[in-house]
Amino acid sequence: MEPASGIRLDHNHQLSLKEFPYIIRWRDDRCKRCGKCTAVCPVKAIEPTVRVQRIVKSEGPVPTPTAVRSITHVVEQVKDMERCCTGCGSCTLVCPNEAIEPEFNPQHKFLHYKNKGGEGYKRGGRRNDPSISTLDRLKFARISMLTDPALDAGRHEFRVRSYIGRILPPEELPLKSVNGKLIVDKESIFIPPVREIFPIMIGSMSVGALSPPMWEGLAMGVAYLNEVEGMPVVMCSGEGGMPPRLLRSKYLKYFIIQIASGYFGWDEIIHAIPHMVEDPAAIEIKYGQGAKPGDGGLLMAQKVLKLIAKIRGVPQFVDLASPPTHQTKYSIEEAVAKMIQSMSMAWGFRVPVYPKISGTRTARAVLNNLARNPYAAALSIDGEDGGTGAAYNVSMDKMGHPIVSNLRECYLDLVKQGKQNELPLIAAGGIGKKGNLAANAAALIMLGASAVAIGKYIMQAAADCFGDEYNRCNLCNTGKCPRGITTQDPKLYRRLDSDKVAERVVEVFKAADVELKKIFAPMGRSTELPIGMSDGLSIDDQAIAERLGISYAC
Amino acid sequence: MCRLAAITSKDYISSIEPVLALETMKEGHDGSGLGLTLKNLGGEFEKLKKYPILSGICSKEGKKTLDDFMKKHGFKLRHEWTPKIKPIKGIVARDYYFARAYDYPASYAGKSMQEKEELLMNTRLAIRKIGEPDESIFAFSFYPDVITLKEVGDPLEVAEFFGLDKDGLKAKIVFAQGRQNTNYAIHLYACHPFFIQGYCSMTNGENTAFVPIREFLMSRGFPGYIGYNSDSEVFTHILHYTVRQLKFPLTYYKDVITPLKAAEIEQRKDKEALKLIKQSLRPLCIDGPNMVIGFIPDGTCFMVQDSKKLRPGVVGGIKGRYALMSEECGVDRAVPKRDRSKDIFPMKYDMVIVSPDAQEVKVWNQLQG
Repeated sequence: MEPASGIRLDHNHQLSLKEFPYIIRWRDDRCKRCGKCTAVCPVKAIEPTVRVQRIVKSEGPVPTPTAVRSITHVVEQVKDMERCCTGCGSCTLVCPNEAIEPEFNPQHKFLHYKNKGGEGYKRGGRRNDPSISTLDRLKFARISMLTDPALDAGRHEFRVRSYIGRILPPEELPLKSVNGKLIVDKESIFIPPVREIFPIMIGSMSVGALSPPMWEGLAMGVAYLNEVEGMPVVMCSGEGGMPPRLLRSKYLKYFIIQIASGYFGWDEIIHAIPHMVEDPAAIEIKYGQGAKPGDGGLLMAQKVLKLIAKIRGVPQFVDLASPPTHQTKYSIEEAVAKMIQSMSMAWGFRVPVYPKISGTRTARAVLNNLARNPYAAALSIDGEDGGTGAAYNVSMDKMGHPIVSNLRECYLDLVKQGKQNELPLIAAGGIGKKGNLAANAAALIMLGASAVAIGKYIMQAAADCFGDEYNRCNLCNTGKCPRGITTQDPKLYRRLDSDKVAERVVEVFKAADVELKKIFAPMGRSTELPIGMSDGLSIDDQAIAERLGISYAC
Repeated sequence: MCRLAAITSKDYISSIEPVLALETMKEGHDGSGLGLTLKNLGGEFEKLKKYPILSGICSKEGKKTLDDFMKKHGFKLRHEWTPKIKPIKGIVARDYYFARAYDYPASYAGKSMQEKEELLMNTRLAIRKIGEPDESIFAFSFYPDVITLKEVGDPLEVAEFFGLDKDGLKAKIVFAQGRQNTNYAIHLYACHPFFIQGYCSMTNGENTAFVPIREFLMSRGFPGYIGYNSDSEVFTHILHYTVRQLKFPLTYYKDVITPLKAAEIEQRKDKEALKLIKQSLRPLCIDGPNMVIGFIPDGTCFMVQDSKKLRPGVVGGIKGRYALMSEECGVDRAVPKRDRSKDIFPMKYDMVIVSPDAQEVKVWNQLQG
């Protein structure tokens, strides 16, 4: 019988380590008890403790085993799901003696318990699905060969460029022929602004979601790519404004400024307009995010420090939640048409303005609305594998639409209307998920995208983000990013060197440029981006091939 | 790779002439077909220039269907040419090859040429549609002063099969293509030259940008942009779209299919227009490897290269007779007595333009506009 006092005799009421997603493998024999691992752990999943141990010792020339009891210092994993190990591996990195490392536990029951206080599990990162996505299964199978020679990626000239901006249909071009030459009659029609860009852009990640050195590193990398390498890479600000000096600098032209439902940072932006020496690359109106469809942006209070509060025009240490929808708009006509008009007007119709939506089965409805709006400059569709700084796990894991078929059906819809070149489609969400940045980008381009946007990939490639699809780390929402990427804590973000980030950004884009050429060259394309060149693609699944209108190869 | 031979002349020439030039390039084609387009017709068609000529092939049943169709739509047969078939081993003769000149329906008597062109094209498409499922009718062209012949086989043998060596079929412009079948099945409709409303072209090489170009053309809402049994048919339709539909001067065909780089555009006086063209017609950009030979309704012939000049092409001749060929040996055969040092090998920025009646040759340079 249990004693009436309620004192338990054993530990059966506790969770076992088997329930935890990561189990710490700590080696007593290698540990020198320096305490670095317990100090660095961002979630306090391990702690130093003491244990009474019975040890059999034998000393002297003749075996004389003797049992002794000693008090030993150990590192122990905490069995509290609120402090579960996220597998980031910071402990392993700081350990001088390779005595500790987390190990993924595929049998874990993490989600069964991660709802303490009736609050659903919130995290950062992307959908926890490590399987190979459709995007990564697409292959380039149409190779120009003996019938006609392929191009040489190293020798021939390539033009890996794309456009954002509304492109006039050829029939409406304001051209007239005078003595065998075409001249433009500028007065007769509005010619929408169009920007030439590199077809891979850095997607929207805000100052605030990212730490100062991370955002700065990205921005410096982008500026270098444009100014030194001649690659017109653009980057989106995310919702949260931009550093005031950047708004007034000549480098603004490399940035797409995002406006979302919280309008954070826009007071500063609007006031800076008269002082801008360059127009921004474009304005992105965020209606949805692939990682968390139906949710607005969210910056947790712990990340709203002085600098962020100033840029965003809000008090410090308050949760900054953008509403799921633009609260002042009540219909698609209003939300899209009026906002596009307003934003276009703010910059004198010199800047392309386009909306971003999360991948959804209703994307075509939005698309068709935009197709009829002569001021809509593009449509950005963010698929379910996109990342976020903070969201409910259920939104991330279970909500959304894969980008591939969504993008394809939108493109084919434009083809039916003959508008495939008028309204550029920007695809995002899971590009480079397995590291195949150029291949994923090229596949989406051949399915109809004019450009692709990356977020998580650049954090991983340029700043060594630990996050993966096994829910590793994913602490972006807590302000305790162990890499210093998504934190506003100077003690953490000093780990990140913005110059190094910038260097990596440049390396990533230069490598992607080379790899894109290596894909396009054997397919015989070099002068223009092979947008919609779906005959170049194959997949080893009949149903997917049919759905995407590409060939089946096995 | 296909071999191409075109001759433009102020005098009427026999239709066998470019085929003989093709024969000199024999190692370059595999005998999978011959296509011939004749423009500015002489011989028995010289006095029938006003009347649209329907060129095609049909079976016995197809002939009846065709006769009924044309009668029903008010076309009156005015003149008919059929080749005197000489049996050749390996060429399976079809029932009925023809070029028929018709009178327009009475209701079209006072209508403009543009309206007549629409009628002719729609009629050809309707006939094609009727005959396509059972291959009972092939209709290649239906236009005044133009005849098209196509058949599978070795070009010279096909020409002999049609009796072109003895026939009086003559024209001032003759385009011939010897097919090298590569990616696509042997199909009569896949054989160059392609013709639509006065615009004609033939191409060698693969068109790697075929699918986006085809999708763009087919989505223009123009009924004639169909077919595409060959990836080269789009070159003809781009020509038609650029010059007839968009009303651009001919040289802009080059700017559409091989747009200049941004820095190069800045050197051109018409840079503003070029920038817009480059954006709006982005899906029509080709990537080669291609050389295109074409003609437009006024009889101007031209040759252009892809932006890397990945295919050969040469223009040579004398005033009044010029040959546009994929190889020099073809020009030697077509115009042997000429100054070879004046032969033109167009480079990647060039468009060689031969004026009607082969009076003048100009090389238009895209960089200088």
